[in-house]
Amino acid sequence: MDNNLVQIALQNVNMAAILPSIILTCFGMGLLLINVFLPRGTTRHAVWISLIGLVVTGFFVITGWGNPQYGFNDAVAMDNYAAFFSITFLFAAGLTILMSDDYLTREGYPVSEYYPMVLFATAGAMWMASGTDMMTIFLGLEVMSICLYVLAGFFRGQVKSNEAGLKYFLLGAFSTGFLLYGMALIYGVTGSTKLTEIGIYLNAHGSLLDNPMTLAGIVLLSIGFLFKIAAAPFHMWTPDVYEGAPTPITAFMSAGPKAAAFAAFLRIMEYCFFSMKPEWTAMLWVLAVLTMIVGNVIAISQTNIKRMLAYSSIAHAGYALVGMVAANEIGYSGILFYMLAYTFMNIGAFAILVLAGKKGEDNLTLEGFSGFGYKRPFLGVAMTIFLFSLMGLPPTAGFAGKFYIFAGAVKAGYIWLAIIGVLNSAVSLYYYLRVMVYMYFRDPTEDYAWVSLPATVVISIVIAIIGVFYLGIIPGDVMELAKLAVF
Amino acid sequence: MTDHLLSLMTFFPLVGMLVVLFLPREADRLIKSVTLIFTIIIFLISLPLGFDDAFIGSSAMHYTEFANWISIGKYFQMNYHVGIDGISLWLVLLTTFIMPITVLSTWHAVERNTKGFMALLLLLETGMLGAFISLDLFLFYVFWELMLVPMYFLIGIWGGKNRVYAAIKFFLFTAVGSLLMLVAIIYVYYFSIKAGVPFENGFSVAHFSQLDIPAHLQTWLFAAFAFSFAIKVPMFPVHTWLPDAHTEAPTAGSVILAAILLKMGTYGFIRFAIPLFPVATMKFTPFLALLAVVGIIYGALVAMMQDDVKKLVAYSSVSHLGFVMLGIFAMNLQGISGGMLQMINHGISTGALFLIVGFIYERRHTRLIADFGGLSKVMPVFATIFMIVTFSSIGLPGTNGFVGEFLILVGAFESELRVFTVFATTGVILAAVYMLWMFQRVMMGKVTNPKNEKLKDLSARELVVMLPLVLFIFWIGFYPNTFLEKMNPSIDNLINQVKEKQHVAMMVENLDQSVTKVTVNE
Repeated sequence: MDNNLVQIALQNVNMAAILPSIILTCFGMGLLLINVFLPRGTTRHAVWISLIGLVVTGFFVITGWGNPQYGFNDAVAMDNYAAFFSITFLFAAGLTILMSDDYLTREGYPVSEYYPMVLFATAGAMWMASGTDMMTIFLGLEVMSICLYVLAGFFRGQVKSNEAGLKYFLLGAFSTGFLLYGMALIYGVTGSTKLTEIGIYLNAHGSLLDNPMTLAGIVLLSIGFLFKIAAAPFHMWTPDVYEGAPTPITAFMSAGPKAAAFAAFLRIMEYCFFSMKPEWTAMLWVLAVLTMIVGNVIAISQTNIKRMLAYSSIAHAGYALVGMVAANEIGYSGILFYMLAYTFMNIGAFAILVLAGKKGEDNLTLEGFSGFGYKRPFLGVAMTIFLFSLMGLPPTAGFAGKFYIFAGAVKAGYIWLAIIGVLNSAVSLYYYLRVMVYMYFRDPTEDYAWVSLPATVVISIVIAIIGVFYLGIIPGDVMELAKLAVF
Repeated sequence: MTDHLLSLMTFFPLVGMLVVLFLPREADRLIKSVTLIFTIIIFLISLPLGFDDAFIGSSAMHYTEFANWISIGKYFQMNYHVGIDGISLWLVLLTTFIMPITVLSTWHAVERNTKGFMALLLLLETGMLGAFISLDLFLFYVFWELMLVPMYFLIGIWGGKNRVYAAIKFFLFTAVGSLLMLVAIIYVYYFSIKAGVPFENGFSVAHFSQLDIPAHLQTWLFAAFAFSFAIKVPMFPVHTWLPDAHTEAPTAGSVILAAILLKMGTYGFIRFAIPLFPVATMKFTPFLALLAVVGIIYGALVAMMQDDVKKLVAYSSVSHLGFVMLGIFAMNLQGISGGMLQMINHGISTGALFLIVGFIYERRHTRLIADFGGLSKVMPVFATIFMIVTFSSIGLPGTNGFVGEFLILVGAFESELRVFTVFATTGVILAAVYMLWMFQRVMMGKVTNPKNEKLKDLSARELVVMLPLVLFIFWIGFYPNTFLEKMNPSIDNLINQVKEKQHVAMMVENLDQSVTKVTVNE
């Protein structure tokens, strides 16, 4: 009897399904071990080891493309969908790590444990994207979130960073509670935690929305994910946490974990609740509109650029939700594409903020950006490119992404949603343009001191620029891949 | 080489931009010279188009290029599809012609950050040329938005006192319109896919214009397109960005804005909005004609009361573009060809007026009419040229303005817009009032302000800038046929195509009504 169980378990173990995340975790663990033997304050090695880890992981993700691996009794599926998202996370983590080293040294926290944390968070994100069981997804979410709680409060001497870490932890734990409760209720109704089995059960038993347990389950589950996505009205934590967290971590949070939450949310909605699509798209319609409006309108009144980008990231979550409302192939692949595009443009913009700041003070008010384009010509041009991409102007990645998402909405018949979406991006023009007004239309407040730029940050900026233009000018290839990646 | 003439012409400015970006920041003269050389080369590249007789006999697209740009499974295909016909021919040439003049005009006007200025000018040229030659709506949209960016910076960095406000206003107005157009473009695309147009055709305008879009949908789609283009024209009441942008922009920016960017709006109507949605065009004609006439009279009246020369010229643009719109919506050969010609004329004469304002501003650092007076005694050559341009702007016979306005008014009078024409004609008189009154106060009489006594007359460079414009003022004035004969076949074709569709739609509507009557009777 026992023997049989072991055999079944072994048959279902398919290491290939989790190989990339295992590799990434190994690199993280190895790095922790190495750190023990090195004097405190040395961090350069950690940057390179983490980058190698990310590249190796990326290699295994890419070689697995088109060859989906299912394992652990269908709890994990390393399919194209997971692979596409994993690449997005790896880019997010890589760009973040590249811009972190000099920043940490400058702020007085050259602590190499930072890097394994980023790697673990990335591995968690990958589990979220590849999870096909509620439990796997939950585990991934927890691994990712706990690392992020630590990273958000990483500057333990700074009040703001502490505030960010604590706020994120308390609210995040609360929202995870919602999520878990939702999962439990769904399990109670269907008797399974496997996404496909839940879907089959719900589909076979007609509309279970009359059943308060299903309804509550879906709503609580959605709340949990919408919190991580930072959709209104669950966005309240975003500005404070984004503002207080170390800038590279803010960049990472706005791209990687957000994409991970989208990955899991989308998969659950599509696998489990496809029979109730009209109902949940109606719910998301309202939330998408609300999120876009809240994000864009509040962003207008911000004077701190980091905070402004936080609100703008709420708005961008709203655009991506439009793709979920469209609920067709193009809308979904639009989300995948948009998350990748957003990774490049938003992390790029944060990389500029990293370089614009000074020790202790992040110096990120709009006023502080006066004449920035003249003081630092390269950074000014780069920031301009990222801002235009965030606005959604051709020929940048942001335009291509928005185009596909709104095209999906129009195709699905949500003309008004598309119109509300484009009008929202018209609103967003104002606050992005205002940054440029300060950068170029005002004279510099300080003298033109030549500051040498750290090479690693410049590399991350250059990669982001290449990404923005590549996805903007010839988006065909990546969009084709995104299309192959959706269900 | 003729195979890729249009691409060469469109993307050569980008090469120039890269070259300029690698020049040393301090080498002011060098940067300007290199930019000038590049714009002249681009003009020379485009020049053979003007001598190509193929446009006389055929309404088809010439010099077409087609390449698959973005293709995504069976969702989308965006093509790089460009071509030129009689409608876009002169606008393209106007663009390449105005650019060297603009660059030359900045010789002393732009001293700060020349490198950025020139790079942006060249980027702008690519955007403008690309928008004029695009035959794929997606491609058009990309170029259309691309134009915004350099203009925003040109106004915002090198503009006058209120430049930030003007730059943001310019950007927001134009972007809001074009975003709504984007939704309409996507909608038309899906409609075409549903109608069975193979997706390989992408966003091809030629295929879109063959669709039979139901009338109620056309109304909405046309409204989205027209809103976007009307902002750009600009038509009353969405013109308010124009006086700000014009007044605050540096001379070069104003010249390009007036000469070319405004034409994007009217061109958009002719190329996209009207052929794509002919039935809606019919419905909207009285409304748009009304706005055009209001624009003509309102623009003229407001221009009359300005005390700033540049603002006066800016408001005169609102008035002149009203004429163009009226001509286009007359929907006959005279009206549209008059409108097209007037687009060129406005480009030349208003461009010239902004240059003239720039000349006196460089000398006196003021643009207020009250600060001048009697300049013709001090600057005789300048006075002559100013007078010619003023006459051209008023539309005196023998100058280009006359031919354009005459054709428009004749065309509109013969169409169903007869009543509107009567009111529009007052605009011609008002134009004479505000232009001549301004000319009189600035140039005639005694030199009242001692600061004006020692003003230098035009330099050789400034003459070189102005003379080509003066040449075309007379060329179009005396022999417009050079231009008309090449645009007429395309315009004819457009009118036939649109009228035919409108006719069919009207028949269907009549049929519907009679069917309804029959059913009611039963």
